[in-house]
Amino acid sequence: MKRFSAFRAGEFARIAILIIPLLFGIGTIARAASSDAGHGEESAGDVIMHHILDSNKMEFDPFGSFALPKLVIGGFDLSITKHVVFMWLAAIILLAVFLYVGNYYKTIGSRKAPGGVANVMEAIVQFIRLDVAKSNIGEGYERHMPYLLTVFVFILVLNLLGLIPYGASATGNINVTLTLSVFTFFITQVAAVKAHGIKGYLAHLTAGTHPALWIIMIPIEFIGLFTKPIALTIRLFANMTAGHIVILSLIFISFILKSFIVAVFVSVPFSVIIYLLEIFIAFLQAFIFTMLSALFIGLASSHDESHEPEAAH
Amino acid sequence: MLTTGFIMLSGGLLDPNPGLIFWTTVTFLIVLFILKKFTWGPMLNALEEREKGIQDSIDRAQTAKEEAEEVLRKNSELLAKADAEAEKIVREGKEYGDKLRADITEKAHAEATRMIATAKEEIEQEKRRALTELRTEVADLAVKGAEKIIMANLDAAKQKNIIDSMIKDLSENRN
Repeated sequence: MKRFSAFRAGEFARIAILIIPLLFGIGTIARAASSDAGHGEESAGDVIMHHILDSNKMEFDPFGSFALPKLVIGGFDLSITKHVVFMWLAAIILLAVFLYVGNYYKTIGSRKAPGGVANVMEAIVQFIRLDVAKSNIGEGYERHMPYLLTVFVFILVLNLLGLIPYGASATGNINVTLTLSVFTFFITQVAAVKAHGIKGYLAHLTAGTHPALWIIMIPIEFIGLFTKPIALTIRLFANMTAGHIVILSLIFISFILKSFIVAVFVSVPFSVIIYLLEIFIAFLQAFIFTMLSALFIGLASSHDESHEPEAAH
Repeated sequence: MLTTGFIMLSGGLLDPNPGLIFWTTVTFLIVLFILKKFTWGPMLNALEEREKGIQDSIDRAQTAKEEAEEVLRKNSELLAKADAEAEKIVREGKEYGDKLRADITEKAHAEATRMIATAKEEIEQEKRRALTELRTEVADLAVKGAEKIIMANLDAAKQKNIIDSMIKDLSENRN
């Protein structure tokens, strides 16, 4: 009887080890499981953090791993890390897909209906164009279209890459989201200066109040400028990180409790549900980032400058 | 063991990493510029052109519809005019016909009346002539009778009375 259950247990463990990384792209689980059996001195937190954080190694457990080149230029550590590799992978995917689509449009012209991949991409582009850019920015939205489209597909692919086996989402790294938000910040400020001129831009910092209040209003408005990109940064980063942590935690419940019943009835089904939710969130967060960027640009360049900008704070 | 606590303590999640920021900037900008040049440009142009084309088609269809309506309106106007014209012509023809008929009837009536009158007059004349003739004849006969009576009876006065009464009788009888 005991031998039978042990056999069953081994079988379960092997299935779990095989399936979970395949399903969730979490190679570290296998390592955690084996190290748990081996030296048993690596906590779940370590493994989760290891998965979430950037590293200098590409790991393909159980097939091994390789180190990425270290690069230090002028005192700055410009090493190629895991997240950089995934960003480049995303860039390659985007370039491959969209150069094909762009070429397709050049060949068919505007009179013919697109088909296949181009049609799918057109739906996305139309969505961003009409529902995000046109409705939030209004007049002169065409100037911001390339940025909004690129940021949408870039974030979307980065989010989705975190969901494939052995993948990691670079958008779960605050440095990446911060950089993207800074782009939005600069575009917003440039749009504001273009729309109102330097004088109007500075006047806007006083929020149109009495000069006596300027000592309060100017710092508030000045801080307000930075809250928007910071909110963007934290929102995307936290959403992507949280999703991964939830999936990993659910799986680790079974390892922590050392129970196969928990694995079968809690960890796997709940991780699958969260995984499906993550797919939705990958799209949602890309959309929200783009939407809010468009909204901020729209608010900054809005000509009805007396009340509208306050609504964003 | 406590994952959240570990995350908070490690601080790894919020570590700044200039290398990653640099690579993100570079990668994003490269993707942005390549896609802008080779994809978003042609795609947005195509979309705009198509939108314009659709708008043009709708406008053209609208114009064509308006033109067709105009033509239809003109046609029905013409048709109505032609109808009125035809009706007028028929009415005029009818009126003319009626008038003509009335004229002809009247003329015929007048002619008949005239002819009847002429005939009556002629008959009257004939009658008068015949009466005159008869009177002459009767006078002659009377004269002849008188001659004979005179020849037979010389009582002239008596005979003259007889003749007078006879003539009187004759003239009474005539009527």
